[in-house]
Amino acid sequence: MENWLMLTLVGKDRPGIVAEVSHALFNMKGNLGEASMTRLGGNFTIMLMVSIPEKKSAVAEKLRPLCDKLKLFFHLDEVEADLHHHIEPDVRISIHGADQAGIVAHATSALFKAGLNILNLESDVGGNPENPVYIMHIEGVAGKGLDTVDKALQTLARENNVVASMTPIDTMVG
Amino acid sequence: MTILNVLVYPDENLKKISQPVKDFSADLKKFVRDLEETFRSFPGCVGIAAPQVGRFERIVLVDISHKPQHANHGFLVLINPEIKFYEGTSLGREGCLSVPDYTGKVERAKSITLEAVNESGEKLQFCMSGYEARAVQHEMDHLDGKLFLDRLVGRRNALSRRTEVST
Repeated sequence: MENWLMLTLVGKDRPGIVAEVSHALFNMKGNLGEASMTRLGGNFTIMLMVSIPEKKSAVAEKLRPLCDKLKLFFHLDEVEADLHHHIEPDVRISIHGADQAGIVAHATSALFKAGLNILNLESDVGGNPENPVYIMHIEGVAGKGLDTVDKALQTLARENNVVASMTPIDTMVG
Repeated sequence: MTILNVLVYPDENLKKISQPVKDFSADLKKFVRDLEETFRSFPGCVGIAAPQVGRFERIVLVDISHKPQHANHGFLVLINPEIKFYEGTSLGREGCLSVPDYTGKVERAKSITLEAVNESGEKLQFCMSGYEARAVQHEMDHLDGKLFLDRLVGRRNALSRRTEVST
Protein backbone atom coordinates (compact mmCIF):
# COMPACT_ATOMS: atom_id res chain seq x y z
CA MET A 1 0.00 0.00 0.00
CA GLU A 2 1.28 3.46 -0.89
CA ASN A 3 2.39 5.74 1.91
CA TRP A 4 0.83 9.18 1.32
CA LEU A 5 1.81 12.25 3.28
CA MET A 6 0.32 15.75 3.22
CA LEU A 7 3.06 18.36 3.42
CA THR A 8 1.99 21.77 4.72
CA LEU A 9 4.60 24.44 4.29
CA VAL A 10 4.67 28.21 4.78
CA GLY A 11 7.29 30.93 4.79
CA LYS A 12 8.28 34.32 3.48
CA ASP A 13 8.05 34.23 -0.30
CA ARG A 14 11.21 34.05 -2.35
CA PRO A 15 12.03 32.53 -5.73
CA GLY A 16 12.99 28.85 -5.73
CA ILE A 17 10.87 27.43 -2.89
CA VAL A 18 8.83 25.10 -5.11
CA ALA A 19 11.86 23.90 -7.06
CA GLU A 20 13.95 23.18 -3.98
CA VAL A 21 11.19 21.48 -1.98
CA SER A 22 9.95 19.36 -4.87
CA HIS A 23 13.52 18.38 -5.73
CA ALA A 24 14.16 17.31 -2.13
CA LEU A 25 11.06 15.10 -2.24
CA PHE A 26 12.09 13.69 -5.63
CA ASN A 27 15.49 12.78 -4.15
CA MET A 28 13.59 10.77 -1.52
CA LYS A 29 11.81 8.96 -4.39
CA GLY A 30 8.65 10.91 -3.63
CA ASN A 31 5.87 11.10 -6.20
CA LEU A 32 3.77 14.25 -5.90
CA GLY A 33 -0.02 14.05 -6.04
CA GLU A 34 -2.42 16.96 -6.00
CA ALA A 35 -1.13 20.26 -4.67
CA SER A 36 -2.13 23.80 -3.92
CA MET A 37 0.72 26.30 -3.92
CA THR A 38 0.04 29.99 -3.73
CA ARG A 39 1.25 33.32 -2.44
CA LEU A 40 -0.91 34.70 0.38
CA GLY A 41 0.17 38.22 1.23
CA GLY A 42 3.95 38.08 1.34
CA ASN A 43 3.97 34.40 2.29
CA PHE A 44 4.32 31.40 0.07
CA THR A 45 2.15 28.46 1.06
CA ILE A 46 2.19 24.87 -0.06
CA MET A 47 -0.13 21.98 0.64
CA LEU A 48 0.87 18.96 -1.33
CA MET A 49 0.30 15.24 -1.38
CA VAL A 50 3.34 13.05 -1.79
CA SER A 51 3.59 9.29 -2.06
CA ILE A 52 6.94 8.38 -0.58
CA PRO A 53 8.67 5.18 0.54
CA GLU A 54 10.10 6.58 3.76
CA LYS A 55 8.19 7.06 6.99
CA LYS A 56 6.91 10.46 8.09
CA SER A 57 9.66 10.92 10.69
CA ALA A 58 12.42 10.15 8.19
CA VAL A 59 10.95 12.53 5.61
CA ALA A 60 10.69 15.27 8.24
CA GLU A 61 14.31 14.75 9.25
CA LYS A 62 15.48 15.07 5.65
CA LEU A 63 13.33 18.13 4.93
CA ARG A 64 14.39 20.02 8.05
CA PRO A 65 17.82 21.30 6.88
CA LEU A 66 16.29 22.64 3.64
CA CYS A 67 13.34 24.26 5.41
CA ASP A 68 15.68 25.80 8.01
CA LYS A 69 17.81 27.21 5.20
CA LEU A 70 14.74 28.66 3.42
CA LYS A 71 13.14 29.74 6.73
CA LEU A 72 10.02 27.67 6.10
CA PHE A 73 7.69 26.14 8.67
CA PHE A 74 6.49 22.72 7.67
CA HIS A 75 4.27 19.96 8.90
CA LEU A 76 3.61 16.41 7.71
CA ASP A 77 0.50 14.26 8.14
CA GLU A 78 -0.21 10.71 7.04
CA VAL A 79 -3.30 10.77 4.81
CA GLU A 80 -5.40 8.54 2.57
CA ALA A 81 -4.90 9.60 -1.03
CA ASP A 82 -8.49 9.12 -2.24
CA LEU A 83 -7.45 10.25 -5.71
CA HIS A 84 -9.68 9.87 -8.79
CA HIS A 85 -12.82 10.88 -6.90
CA HIS A 86 -13.17 14.52 -7.88
CA ILE A 87 -16.47 16.10 -6.92
CA GLU A 88 -17.94 18.42 -9.53
CA PRO A 89 -19.06 21.85 -8.29
CA ASP A 90 -22.45 23.04 -9.48
CA VAL A 91 -22.22 26.65 -8.36
CA ARG A 92 -19.69 29.49 -8.34
CA ILE A 93 -20.15 32.26 -5.79
CA SER A 94 -18.56 35.69 -5.81
CA ILE A 95 -18.60 38.00 -2.80
CA HIS A 96 -16.87 41.34 -2.52
CA GLY A 97 -17.04 44.54 -0.54
CA ALA A 98 -15.19 46.75 1.89
CA ASP A 99 -12.95 44.56 4.04
CA GLN A 100 -14.57 43.85 7.39
CA ALA A 101 -13.86 41.36 10.15
CA GLY A 102 -16.24 38.41 10.09
CA ILE A 103 -17.27 38.44 6.45
CA VAL A 104 -15.87 34.95 5.77
CA ALA A 105 -17.49 33.61 8.94
CA HIS A 106 -20.86 35.17 8.09
CA ALA A 107 -20.75 34.10 4.46
CA THR A 108 -19.64 30.53 5.02
CA SER A 109 -22.08 30.03 7.94
CA ALA A 110 -24.96 31.26 5.79
CA LEU A 111 -23.86 29.06 2.89
CA PHE A 112 -23.44 26.04 5.14
CA LYS A 113 -27.00 26.49 6.42
CA ALA A 114 -28.10 26.78 2.78
CA GLY A 115 -26.61 23.33 2.13
CA LEU A 116 -23.44 24.35 0.32
CA ASN A 117 -20.46 22.01 0.42
CA ILE A 118 -17.41 24.17 -0.32
CA LEU A 119 -14.89 22.54 -2.66
CA ASN A 120 -12.70 25.54 -3.30
CA LEU A 121 -12.40 28.99 -1.73
CA GLU A 122 -9.99 31.69 -2.78
CA SER A 123 -9.89 35.16 -1.32
CA ASP A 124 -7.81 38.24 -1.85
CA VAL A 125 -7.45 41.60 -0.19
CA GLY A 126 -7.29 44.27 -2.87
CA GLY A 127 -7.79 48.00 -2.92
CA ASN A 128 -5.33 50.15 -1.01
CA PRO A 129 -4.26 50.03 2.66
CA GLU A 130 -6.65 52.86 3.57
CA ASN A 131 -9.62 51.25 1.85
CA PRO A 132 -9.02 47.50 1.62
CA VAL A 133 -11.45 45.46 -0.45
CA TYR A 134 -12.17 41.79 0.25
CA ILE A 135 -12.85 39.55 -2.75
CA MET A 136 -13.86 35.93 -2.30
CA HIS A 137 -14.69 33.24 -4.81
CA ILE A 138 -16.18 29.92 -3.81
CA GLU A 139 -17.04 26.83 -5.81
CA GLY A 140 -19.18 24.13 -4.29
CA VAL A 141 -22.10 21.75 -4.42
CA ALA A 142 -25.50 23.16 -3.55
CA GLY A 143 -26.96 20.28 -1.52
CA LYS A 144 -30.29 22.04 -1.01
CA GLY A 145 -30.51 23.49 -4.50
CA LEU A 146 -29.40 26.71 -6.14
CA ASP A 147 -32.45 28.75 -5.08
CA THR A 148 -31.62 28.16 -1.41
CA VAL A 149 -28.07 29.37 -1.98
CA ASP A 150 -29.31 32.38 -3.92
CA LYS A 151 -31.68 33.39 -1.11
CA ALA A 152 -28.89 33.03 1.46
CA LEU A 153 -26.64 35.26 -0.64
CA GLN A 154 -29.32 37.94 -0.97
CA THR A 155 -29.72 38.02 2.81
CA LEU A 156 -25.96 38.03 3.29
CA ALA A 157 -25.57 40.96 0.89
CA ARG A 158 -28.31 42.95 2.59
CA GLU A 159 -27.12 42.38 6.14
CA ASN A 160 -23.39 42.82 5.51
CA ASN A 161 -23.33 45.46 2.81
CA VAL A 162 -21.43 43.29 0.33
CA VAL A 163 -22.07 42.27 -3.25
CA ALA A 164 -22.86 38.55 -3.41
CA SER A 165 -23.77 36.68 -6.56
CA MET A 166 -23.82 33.13 -7.85
CA THR A 167 -23.51 31.47 -11.24
CA PRO A 168 -24.60 27.88 -11.86
CA ILE A 169 -21.87 25.63 -13.23
CA ASP A 170 -23.14 23.34 -15.94
CA THR A 171 -20.14 21.20 -16.81
CA MET A 172 -20.11 20.12 -20.43
CA VAL A 173 -18.74 16.62 -20.98
CA GLY A 174 -17.92 15.87 -24.57
CA MET B 1 -24.46 -1.61 -33.65
CA THR B 2 -21.30 -1.70 -31.59
CA ILE B 3 -20.02 0.28 -28.64
CA LEU B 4 -16.51 1.30 -29.59
CA ASN B 5 -13.50 1.61 -27.30
CA VAL B 6 -12.81 5.23 -26.29
CA LEU B 7 -9.15 6.28 -26.24
CA VAL B 8 -8.05 7.80 -22.96
CA TYR B 9 -5.36 10.43 -22.43
CA PRO B 10 -2.30 10.17 -22.46
CA ASP B 11 -2.87 7.95 -25.50
CA GLU B 12 -0.73 9.63 -28.19
CA ASN B 13 -3.34 8.86 -30.83
CA LEU B 14 -5.50 11.64 -29.39
CA LYS B 15 -2.94 14.10 -30.78
CA LYS B 16 -3.33 12.93 -34.38
CA ILE B 17 -4.81 15.25 -37.00
CA SER B 18 -7.90 13.72 -38.60
CA GLN B 19 -8.41 13.69 -42.36
CA PRO B 20 -11.48 14.90 -44.29
CA VAL B 21 -14.09 12.28 -45.12
CA LYS B 22 -14.08 11.49 -48.84
CA ASP B 23 -15.99 8.23 -49.01
CA PHE B 24 -19.68 8.57 -48.16
CA SER B 25 -20.39 4.86 -48.42
CA ALA B 26 -22.45 2.48 -46.29
CA ASP B 27 -19.35 1.96 -44.15
CA LEU B 28 -19.49 5.62 -43.10
CA LYS B 29 -23.16 5.32 -42.16
CA LYS B 30 -22.45 2.19 -40.13
CA PHE B 31 -19.56 3.90 -38.36
CA VAL B 32 -21.74 6.91 -37.51
CA ARG B 33 -24.34 4.58 -35.97
CA ASP B 34 -21.64 2.84 -33.91
CA LEU B 35 -20.22 6.20 -32.84
CA GLU B 36 -23.70 7.30 -31.78
CA GLU B 37 -24.21 4.06 -29.83
CA THR B 38 -20.88 4.67 -28.10
CA PHE B 39 -21.76 8.28 -27.27
CA ARG B 40 -25.22 7.31 -25.96
CA SER B 41 -23.61 4.77 -23.63
CA PHE B 42 -22.21 7.65 -21.54
CA PRO B 43 -25.15 9.33 -19.77
CA GLY B 44 -24.85 13.11 -19.64
CA CYS B 45 -22.31 13.25 -22.45
CA VAL B 46 -23.04 15.85 -25.14
CA GLY B 47 -20.78 14.78 -27.97
CA ILE B 48 -18.04 12.61 -29.38
CA ALA B 49 -15.47 12.83 -32.17
CA ALA B 50 -14.33 9.99 -34.43
CA PRO B 51 -10.66 10.16 -33.35
CA GLN B 52 -11.76 9.43 -29.78
CA VAL B 53 -12.52 5.90 -30.96
CA GLY B 54 -9.43 5.65 -33.15
CA ARG B 55 -10.92 6.61 -36.52
CA PHE B 56 -8.98 9.63 -37.73
CA GLU B 57 -11.60 11.19 -39.96
CA ARG B 58 -13.34 14.54 -39.51
CA ILE B 59 -16.61 13.36 -37.99
CA VAL B 60 -18.24 14.66 -34.82
CA LEU B 61 -21.58 14.03 -33.18
CA VAL B 62 -23.24 16.54 -30.85
CA ASP B 63 -26.52 16.34 -29.00
CA ILE B 64 -27.36 18.60 -26.09
CA SER B 65 -31.12 18.11 -26.37
CA HIS B 66 -31.21 16.35 -22.97
CA LYS B 67 -30.37 19.78 -21.51
CA PRO B 68 -33.44 21.65 -22.74
CA GLN B 69 -32.50 24.81 -20.83
CA HIS B 70 -29.97 25.41 -23.62
CA ALA B 71 -31.06 26.29 -27.17
CA ASN B 72 -30.09 23.49 -29.54
CA HIS B 73 -30.47 21.94 -32.98
CA GLY B 74 -31.06 18.38 -31.73
CA PHE B 75 -28.83 15.49 -32.73
CA LEU B 76 -26.11 16.67 -35.12
CA VAL B 77 -23.95 14.51 -37.35
CA LEU B 78 -21.22 16.87 -38.56
CA ILE B 79 -18.85 15.61 -41.22
CA ASN B 80 -15.94 17.77 -42.40
CA PRO B 81 -17.16 20.61 -40.17
CA GLU B 82 -15.71 24.08 -40.52
CA ILE B 83 -16.33 27.10 -38.35
CA LYS B 84 -16.75 30.07 -40.67
CA PHE B 85 -17.39 32.77 -38.10
CA TYR B 86 -16.63 33.23 -34.41
CA GLU B 87 -18.04 35.91 -32.14
CA GLY B 88 -17.48 36.78 -28.48
CA THR B 89 -15.93 34.63 -25.79
CA SER B 90 -17.28 32.76 -22.82
CA LEU B 91 -15.75 30.81 -20.00
CA GLY B 92 -17.25 27.45 -19.06
CA ARG B 93 -16.37 24.20 -17.39
CA GLU B 94 -15.62 21.18 -19.57
CA GLY B 95 -14.85 17.52 -19.15
CA CYS B 96 -14.15 14.81 -21.71
CA LEU B 97 -14.73 11.09 -22.16
CA SER B 98 -11.04 10.84 -23.03
CA VAL B 99 -9.95 12.59 -19.80
CA PRO B 100 -11.76 10.86 -16.92
CA ASP B 101 -12.10 12.44 -13.45
CA TYR B 102 -11.02 15.94 -14.40
CA THR B 103 -12.85 19.07 -15.45
CA GLY B 104 -11.57 22.57 -16.00
CA LYS B 105 -12.42 26.03 -17.22
CA VAL B 106 -12.02 26.71 -20.91
CA GLU B 107 -12.59 29.82 -22.96
CA ARG B 108 -14.55 29.34 -26.20
CA ALA B 109 -16.21 31.52 -28.77
CA LYS B 110 -19.69 32.43 -27.61
CA SER B 111 -21.31 32.16 -31.03
CA ILE B 112 -20.26 30.37 -34.20
CA THR B 113 -21.43 29.84 -37.73
CA LEU B 114 -20.76 26.30 -38.77
CA GLU B 115 -20.72 24.48 -42.10
CA ALA B 116 -20.57 20.71 -42.49
CA VAL B 117 -22.09 17.87 -44.47
CA ASN B 118 -24.18 14.95 -43.26
CA GLU B 119 -23.63 11.21 -43.88
CA SER B 120 -25.11 11.61 -47.36
CA GLY B 121 -22.81 14.47 -48.25
CA GLU B 122 -25.57 17.10 -48.08
CA LYS B 123 -24.51 20.58 -46.99
CA LEU B 124 -25.51 21.83 -43.55
CA GLN B 125 -25.19 25.26 -42.00
CA PHE B 126 -25.88 26.30 -38.42
CA CYS B 127 -25.64 29.44 -36.35
CA MET B 128 -25.36 28.51 -32.71
CA SER B 129 -24.28 29.99 -29.43
CA GLY B 130 -23.68 29.15 -25.79
CA TYR B 131 -23.61 25.57 -24.63
CA GLU B 132 -24.15 23.99 -28.04
CA ALA B 133 -21.43 26.14 -29.63
CA ARG B 134 -19.10 25.11 -26.81
CA ALA B 135 -19.86 21.43 -27.40
CA VAL B 136 -19.16 21.72 -31.14
CA GLN B 137 -15.87 23.56 -30.55
CA HIS B 138 -14.81 20.96 -27.97
CA GLU B 139 -15.53 18.07 -30.36
CA MET B 140 -13.93 19.80 -33.36
CA ASP B 141 -10.74 20.29 -31.34
CA HIS B 142 -10.38 16.49 -31.29
CA LEU B 143 -10.15 16.56 -35.10
CA ASP B 144 -7.01 18.69 -34.78
CA GLY B 145 -5.49 16.58 -32.03
CA LYS B 146 -6.39 19.00 -29.27
CA LEU B 147 -7.98 18.30 -25.89
CA PHE B 148 -9.65 20.78 -23.54
CA LEU B 149 -6.51 20.34 -21.41
CA ASP B 150 -4.67 22.34 -24.09
CA ARG B 151 -6.98 25.31 -23.48
CA LEU B 152 -7.35 25.35 -19.71
CA VAL B 153 -7.56 28.65 -17.94
CA GLY B 154 -5.85 28.45 -14.53
CA ARG B 155 -7.90 28.58 -11.35
CA ARG B 156 -6.98 32.06 -10.16
CA ASN B 157 -6.78 33.48 -13.67
CA ALA B 158 -10.29 32.30 -14.29
CA LEU B 159 -11.54 34.18 -11.27
CA SER B 160 -9.80 37.52 -11.70
CA ARG B 161 -9.15 37.77 -15.39
CA ARG B 162 -7.08 40.53 -16.85
CA THR B 163 -6.44 41.28 -20.46
CA GLU B 164 -2.78 40.99 -21.24
CA VAL B 165 -1.59 43.20 -24.03
CA SER B 166 1.77 42.57 -25.60
CA THR B 167 3.61 45.69 -26.71
